[in-house]
Amino acid sequence: MRNAFAATLTELATADERVVLLSGDIGNRLFDPYKQACPGRFLNCGVAEANMTGMAAGMAMEGLRPFTYTITPFATLRAMEQIRDDICYPRLPVVIVGTGSGLSYASLGPTHHSCEDIAMLRSLPGMTVVCPADRAEVTAALPEILAHDGPVYLRLGKKGEPDIHEALPAFEIGKSITLRPGHEICIVAAGPIVTLGLDAAAILADAGISCRVESFHTVKPLDTACLGEVFQQCQIVATLEEHSTIGGLGGAVAEWRAERPRLRGQLERFGTDDRFFTQAGSQAFLREAAGLTAEAIAHRLLAAHTLLPEPC
Amino acid sequence: MTASPPDDCCQIAARLRMDVVQLSHEARTPHLASCLSCIDILTAVYFGGLEIDADTIHEPDRDLFILSKGHAATALYAALTRRGLWSLETLASYNTDGSLLPEHPSPGKLPGIEAATGSLGHGLPIALGRQLARRIQGTPGRAVVLLSDGECQEGSVWEAAMVAAAQRMGTLAVIVDANAWQATARTAELADNTTLVGKWRAFGWRAVEIDGHDCAAVADALRAVPRDCQLAAHPQQPLAIVAHTVKGKGVSFMEDDNNWHYRVPTANEVLLAATELGVTPDPLLARHAVEAAS
Repeated sequence: MRNAFAATLTELATADERVVLLSGDIGNRLFDPYKQACPGRFLNCGVAEANMTGMAAGMAMEGLRPFTYTITPFATLRAMEQIRDDICYPRLPVVIVGTGSGLSYASLGPTHHSCEDIAMLRSLPGMTVVCPADRAEVTAALPEILAHDGPVYLRLGKKGEPDIHEALPAFEIGKSITLRPGHEICIVAAGPIVTLGLDAAAILADAGISCRVESFHTVKPLDTACLGEVFQQCQIVATLEEHSTIGGLGGAVAEWRAERPRLRGQLERFGTDDRFFTQAGSQAFLREAAGLTAEAIAHRLLAAHTLLPEPC
Repeated sequence: MTASPPDDCCQIAARLRMDVVQLSHEARTPHLASCLSCIDILTAVYFGGLEIDADTIHEPDRDLFILSKGHAATALYAALTRRGLWSLETLASYNTDGSLLPEHPSPGKLPGIEAATGSLGHGLPIALGRQLARRIQGTPGRAVVLLSDGECQEGSVWEAAMVAAAQRMGTLAVIVDANAWQATARTAELADNTTLVGKWRAFGWRAVEIDGHDCAAVADALRAVPRDCQLAAHPQQPLAIVAHTVKGKGVSFMEDDNNWHYRVPTANEVLLAATELGVTPDPLLARHAVEAAS
């Protein structure tokens, strides 16, 4: 995903002289083509994320379109007040890019995990939160993000995520992408973990249950048209994310669902628990520890489906 | 009102001091002593030191002034008003319901407010970003940031200081309003500030120490900041002006008395201040006529 980000941003910056890329001492070789194409519009800000974020705000005030880029917790939590006061309060078009989100950097330990960022960023007034599922969605999303007149948080994985789309999807901020049709259960997923949703849907299909899967790439603003449809049509709607169930996509959908008691679908949320992952391990190991495997998801959804009341 | 320091400086500064005393009283808002300590600095900034006026305030190559110590907002508001950028009616609306002037500056609503500040340590990174953007765009202009000495405890100040020096941002300057107090204590009791000049130098800046109540000296220091540092003849190091000041300056019973960080003057104290300043309160700023009489 980060390679798709670097390549697409290089194209966009070549065509648009307002684009400027600020990096927090990361991605040096990754951005070599960018630096060649746009000398003077790459700035390695060093290990000083609060300053990088404040500088990005200042650059946007002067009409530039800054992207700040570093590992997710440093791009977001570390500079949270600068994001709120300097970027969101004046509603400036700065794009905050977090790389290695969720448990992408599992083996680096909890300081490099990021399971709280969506909750924090989406609470900021005027902030848009985009979590692409694969490199095609990154490539398709970036021109829309650049055209967006306001702050955006772009949540990336790292590299080597499975491709979900064969071609570039039509991408609209706030409009979910249907990956698989179905009508009994719907899994709405934010980010690359949607692949587990697709695998779980296949398992459910083998059990005779029709399961729809959505790449719900924008957590804010929520695609409420899509939610209204799936909660009306399906008996179970499940959220899936590599993020805490507190405040992330699951939290956002739960807030929305709670105010609509007449909707049919019941909500199941899949994400990380209220804990740190203190054991060393790979992303797959930590996902499993969190109950985030296709089998575990399908099993829980099957159980929930079995317990549903008979239609009268 | 226009001025060329030093002759008219004192009169302008006295008017600004009267304004902030009145506004504190009328709106019942704190931070009066923090405003008074930087009045001479603001006078220097707006009346001779920088090129900021109503005609050029929207020009891309204007000089930028950012009040990073946002709690001195009424000092900024009064200076922008007396410089002719705002009406007195706007100033009089300070902190009333629905006004554009809260107790800390809000962004994008009125000319001359170049950044929303209030949380300390934000102004310098923003100013540095603006100067980097203007360098990319080939736009000249200075940027000057006013910090408090207590604010220099914020790490983001020094993050920005390191990057500004590495970027050789000679068009950028900070003024530290070194009044030696912060909200609840002597600044030096909480964090060493005996070597502020040395700190800025150690971070790669030029640094000078001046009397922050010598308006002409502040203006001279600001005029020496180049609007364009691409020319070899111009200094490429950013400049730190450590301006020694007295908190509460200009009103004897407020000077160096930290109670006035939060205290609000009574009607009688407003009149006492007026007598000392030799300026009459501006009737257009009066709000609580009935309360003031009590």
